Amino acid sequence: MSDLLRTPLYDEHVALGGKMVPFAGWEMPIQYPTGIVAEHRTVRGAVGVFDLSHMGELWFRGDGALAAVDRLVSSDIAGLEVGQARYGLLTNERGTIVDDVISYRTAPHEVLMVVNASNREKDVAHVTAHLGPGVELEDASGETALIAVQGPRAAVVLSTVTDLEDRDASIERLPGFGVTSGRVGGVRATVARTGYTGEDGFEVFVPWERAAGPWSRLLAAGASAAIRPIGLGARDTLRLEARFSLYGNEIDETTDPIEAGLAWTCHLDKDFVGRDAILAKKQAGPSRRIVGLVVEGGVARHGFPVVSKGEVVGAVTSGTFGPTVEKNIALAYVPTALSKVGTALAVRIRDRDVPATVVRTPFYRRST
Amino acid sequence: MTDVPQDLKYTKEHEWVRVDGDVATVGITHYAQDQLGDVVFVELPEKGASVRQHSSFGVVESVKAASDVYAPVSGEVVERNVKVIESPELVNKAPYAEGWLLRVRLSDRSELGGLLSAGDYKGHIGE
Repeated sequence: MSDLLRTPLYDEHVALGGKMVPFAGWEMPIQYPTGIVAEHRTVRGAVGVFDLSHMGELWFRGDGALAAVDRLVSSDIAGLEVGQARYGLLTNERGTIVDDVISYRTAPHEVLMVVNASNREKDVAHVTAHLGPGVELEDASGETALIAVQGPRAAVVLSTVTDLEDRDASIERLPGFGVTSGRVGGVRATVARTGYTGEDGFEVFVPWERAAGPWSRLLAAGASAAIRPIGLGARDTLRLEARFSLYGNEIDETTDPIEAGLAWTCHLDKDFVGRDAILAKKQAGPSRRIVGLVVEGGVARHGFPVVSKGEVVGAVTSGTFGPTVEKNIALAYVPTALSKVGTALAVRIRDRDVPATVVRTPFYRRST
Repeated sequence: MTDVPQDLKYTKEHEWVRVDGDVATVGITHYAQDQLGDVVFVELPEKGASVRQHSSFGVVESVKAASDVYAPVSGEVVERNVKVIESPELVNKAPYAEGWLLRVRLSDRSELGGLLSAGDYKGHIGE
């Protein structure tokens, strides 16, 4: 695995017994010794910390920064107040999906965009090609570590190691999708109430070479709250129960936001790259749609055929056993006519057609 | 350290066998379940089915992946572990006890000679 990149927390993962695997060019922990199911339940019931330092961080700065990102991203970025963030898509002129990103307005003329590790270089090229005037792009991925703290006890644990710059603000009172700055474990940090697990939680951006400090401080501070490090395996089961898309599975450059169930991220009354194509797709209506499936008798995996009356009609994009819902769940593209909740389908698992039912998503929603 | 009981026979594909008279109990090893991670689904042949040595007879799936299970011996399935189908995590919790998979009536005892001893198996998994 000599060609793989390592995050600044690599040694921490190894010391914690993390099982290191290649992921998007990085050597990352897929799980720690307690296993994926226990890690998943830790995040649903207590608090977990994730190393997401492989993800990309792009900074847009200048008078034109907000307008430039608004032109690139499907969601309403121009409408963000300072200290707010929003999920959205980078789309191309064909109206298909280049990446899914979160954009954080950190200052009046500054936006941080967090992109998938596997797409970073492609995104930089795409963004550069469509960048408006009055803005400078900085790819800070190599200098920025990202630690996520997720779960119902995330705020309590993070607040004990955090000093926010704004003395009147607090971690507990930071609104959902809010972003601010301060020190975490003594290290300068951008702190946001964002995540991808379906739980309350935070994402903490810190300088690359200083990441081990906040990581260790969080684990120590969370000991009494039963904190655990969480690997990519549980990150995937958590996001899937919450019905969050994974780039490369549900979405890619062959899928559009309408069929992917991401029309809600598209602010179609503004101009952005791909807007016209997406509007046309919306008006025409999608021929296929992503649905949630509960599978009876086997785990559906990425690429498995979806079958109706003996005929292949679609494919599974992601599937797993959902540790919280305690069912075998999957997302799949199926023809729109077969996408209604309650529709009886099957997933072809090892040459056998296993019954599957279209269900309402998300599979899991936290009680608030 | 993984657990490799002395009194069992093993395969390179990480199954174990316990022979009692002409019936062999079959499961996957501690090492195998550890590599797989949390087991969430087990598919096994019904009673009366026949299995062939070195052929896949079922599937053990973890959160991460599906893994074929190969018959260490040939014969007729006299019992399958219904508890492990209902509670797949038994494969993780007790791979050599409640997490067993099949009981097979041996059709060819000479096959046992080709299986690995505990010592050989430990060498195979690098311990």
